[in-house]
Amino acid sequence: MLLTAEETARAARFFTDGITCLATRPVRLMEVCGTHTVAIFRAGIRQLLPAAVELVSGPGCPVCVTPNEYLDTAIAYSRRPGTIITTFGDMLRVPGSESSLMAEKACGADIRIVYSALDSLAIARDNPGQAVIFLAVGFETTAPTAAATILQADKQGLTNFFVLSAHKLVPPALKAILATPATKVDGFLLPGHTAAISGLEPYRFVAGQFGVPAVVTGFEALDILQGIYMLLQQLQQGQAELQNQYRRVVKTEGNPAARDILDQVYQPAGTGWRGFGEIAGSGLELTAAFRRFDAQAALPLTVAGSREPAGCRCGEVLRGLITPPACPCFGRHCTPEQPVGACMVSVEGACAAWYKYGQGRWSCE
Amino acid sequence: MNNREKRILLGHGSGGRLSHELIRNIMLPAFANPALSELHDGARLDVGGTRLAFTTDSYVVKPRFFPGGNIGKLAVCGTVNDLAMCGAQAAYLSAGFILEEGLLLSELTLIVESMRQMAVAAGVTIVTGDTKVVEKGAVDGIYINTAGIGVLLPGVNIGAPGVKPGQDIIVSGYLGDHAVAVMSERHGLTLPAAIASDCAPLNQLVAAVLTAVPQVAMLRDPTRGGLATTLNEIAAEAGVGMILEENTLPVRPEVQAVCELLGFDPLYLANEGKVVFIVEKEYSGKVLTILRQNPLAAAARVIGSVTAQPAGQVALRTTVGGLRLLDMLSGEQLPRIC
Ligand code: SF4
Repeated sequence: MLLTAEETARAARFFTDGITCLATRPVRLMEVCGTHTVAIFRAGIRQLLPAAVELVSGPGCPVCVTPNEYLDTAIAYSRRPGTIITTFGDMLRVPGSESSLMAEKACGADIRIVYSALDSLAIARDNPGQAVIFLAVGFETTAPTAAATILQADKQGLTNFFVLSAHKLVPPALKAILATPATKVDGFLLPGHTAAISGLEPYRFVAGQFGVPAVVTGFEALDILQGIYMLLQQLQQGQAELQNQYRRVVKTEGNPAARDILDQVYQPAGTGWRGFGEIAGSGLELTAAFRRFDAQAALPLTVAGSREPAGCRCGEVLRGLITPPACPCFGRHCTPEQPVGACMVSVEGACAAWYKYGQGRWSCE
Repeated sequence: MNNREKRILLGHGSGGRLSHELIRNIMLPAFANPALSELHDGARLDVGGTRLAFTTDSYVVKPRFFPGGNIGKLAVCGTVNDLAMCGAQAAYLSAGFILEEGLLLSELTLIVESMRQMAVAAGVTIVTGDTKVVEKGAVDGIYINTAGIGVLLPGVNIGAPGVKPGQDIIVSGYLGDHAVAVMSERHGLTLPAAIASDCAPLNQLVAAVLTAVPQVAMLRDPTRGGLATTLNEIAAEAGVGMILEENTLPVRPEVQAVCELLGFDPLYLANEGKVVFIVEKEYSGKVLTILRQNPLAAAARVIGSVTAQPAGQVALRTTVGGLRLLDMLSGEQLPRIC
């Protein structure tokens, strides 16, 4: 639906007026997804909200929640002779314990940016003597394309293509947050694109088990304003439900075809999250039939001594315990040019969004 | 190899914050002088009583041919435009070629022919040059350096000190066409026919405006780093703020769509045929009328105004009414786009 600038402004006013009326007590709402965080800052939404409505970012940036052990492993592979690393661009700058993929690239490692997991297959075909390792990072949204790529690699009989999987599932992390009383979240804006794959069912526990209202929300500024409005309506009426604001994209049953591909190739497994540690059942590992594509199984390599950057509080940012300006590094020795932690590196990171769009750095009024 | 020592990264060539740090920390301290320190697109010089502008630029674009142009067309237009942005009419150009062993002569001929055509269109003469051939692999096909010299238009004084709160910010047309044309060629995307590079010599357009309205305070072509970075540079140099209105920014829907696909922001994309004017409100109607008569600037419009706050920074009022910072490009959004 395309609205004119005039209509957009009018609709925005309708929701912000509504939100202001309904905000009769302080509430803390978490936008779980990094894409939401960026959209909120890009549209300047925080300033349109009354002081009683606080937005806090959650663990929904896949690059940010990827722990340093993973990066250190990827870097170790990039130094392995005869290896080509393929990755989405935003992983390049994330610092591991000692180095980053970008620093390794500048020193000669063969690291190539791809726009789709499938691009890695052409690279593998063109370089038969080399091992091509795709850094498979992302949530429910990107995992199906990685799975489809593995099915393709299998069909094409490629023996030099591997994935280093750090895929993660959103609901187990939400559960971890809800189980942390210190976070105090009154309502959740849930990511529309992961729900588009998984459907609504995996998110029902938020309202059902924990009694916290949740709205699956789209990514336009108006979607987000409406999502916040819907949460406030629920809070005002003392309800706790899972609602779907993004019905034009998210179906109750999700996308069964994508889930089929996923289930063929991957199975849930425990995995580590930055800030949370290991969360049971929150990761995806290759099923036995496809394990030969697992870089760590096929080309074993051990990395020891991973550690978090000194002073960085990404872990607390990702759990919604603090907002980025509360980190003493923010904007001082941690900026997008000289990032200390992953949340300042990733384009979807909360620290990067706070910094880039000026909150905590300038006053708009 | 020591991986912790700082090295040149692709982002240092992006035209964004890293490029600025490189220039400020390494180039300026070494070469400091008043003409260079203006950090304009070219140096403004007085040679025997004649006010000249002098500039140079190197072109390393990949791919060499893209919808709407090629590296040769860019090399001539880019330098002609850098002179125009100083308020000068380009007169003479030099052309230096670094050619890779194995480059097809037919390709070189096409590139040189479009340089000739652009020189004719811009009314400049290429009067000196240089050719070097390096071993296969030492460069990517062909790199071109052009330098240019021109005469400053009388009564015109383009520079940051003239930029004051209350002035209008005008852009001459759609943003991001060049970068999207180059990128689509690089990534093998099929584009709607509407999107070709906007690469064009802007000297006649600019001269027409400056002749009628010599009061224009500032001119800049938003090339590397795009509109956002260009305006940030001006705001920082002039110590003023700027507020842009998102719903007035001219971006083609097709460009927006490609940007969404590739995760780019059109406000940071390179343009090669657009110019930003900053002028007192009372003159902006006249500037717009002149611009819109020229096919290169038919979509010209006011996109915002110079303000006192946020000093040194640029803000954007979004379509839903929020206000946010529009920062300089940080890191590389598009390595080596132009
Ligand atoms: S500001 Fe930097 S150091 Fe602090 S939490 Fe964010 S990324 Fe980590």
